[in-house]
Amino acid sequence: MSAVLFFIAAIGAVAGAIGVVTLRNQFYNVLALVCHLVALAALFLLLRAEFVAAAQVIVYAGAVMVLYLFVVAYVGGGEDIPARSALRIIGPLLALALAVELCVALLGTALKGISGKGAPYVPGFGTPEHIGKLFLTKYLFPFEVASLLLLVAAIGAIVLARRRRGLEPDEELERRYHPLLPAWVGSMAEAGGITHSEEPPVAPQPQEEPIGSQH
Amino acid sequence: MAIGWYLVVSALIFSIGAAGVLVRRSPLVILLCLELMLNAANLALVAFSRMWGSEDGQVFALIVMVVAACEVTVGLGLIVSMYRRQLPIDVDDLRELQG
Repeated sequence: MSAVLFFIAAIGAVAGAIGVVTLRNQFYNVLALVCHLVALAALFLLLRAEFVAAAQVIVYAGAVMVLYLFVVAYVGGGEDIPARSALRIIGPLLALALAVELCVALLGTALKGISGKGAPYVPGFGTPEHIGKLFLTKYLFPFEVASLLLLVAAIGAIVLARRRRGLEPDEELERRYHPLLPAWVGSMAEAGGITHSEEPPVAPQPQEEPIGSQH
Repeated sequence: MAIGWYLVVSALIFSIGAAGVLVRRSPLVILLCLELMLNAANLALVAFSRMWGSEDGQVFALIVMVVAACEVTVGLGLIVSMYRRQLPIDVDDLRELQG
């Protein structure tokens, strides 16, 4: 049963990864990565890492992917033009060589631990209780450093993505060349029914007698 | 399943991610491929944690997820900033560091 689940999840994860690399539309890339992450969470569950699997689904597939989708929609994820350089041919060959090398290194070593089923299962392994205890005792310093890193990243993203000076260029142009309203718009003369719409002036001329002026 | 199979899946995903980083040109997709490689490392860490029967590897995997979230945030901020300045969103055309 666990072998069947493993193969389903592994095929899903690898297919999602291939989809991320090969699909042309960037929306489909992000959706393929979501599929990959969910399959990977299933693999984590098979490895009895319940908390990591839950965090994977909630943080990655939930939050980070929504951020990606927003940026793809903002930038306007167009079709990706394939690379024109020789890297387009060399890149997959290098990756294939890396995969073969890693597989040889993993399967050719014949380590007993790798070929075995792992340590016997202890009840409570991988639950949030155990992970939290580790985080607050043995790994307290990495935990605090991670929180500081998150703060730095949040501030950095705000500084990077903020508007530099005022408005966007096209918005500013539109505002600058927007035709100004005539001077009497919003004044009491307009409220009194005196309209100047029949003779549109080139320059806004001053009113003849401003109401309430001292002169 | 033997632990070795999980490591093989992890190696495959890592290689696919590396190929994507080499081949694709959009920085968004390159960030996605970096996520693939980080996730492959996570899978290997969790598999080793299962192999030794201690949860330390899972703690490392969670820290890696935090670092990946930070990297995504800063990377997407850079892409949005590039789009605002009307630079080409293409790693082959972005050759100069001058603003």
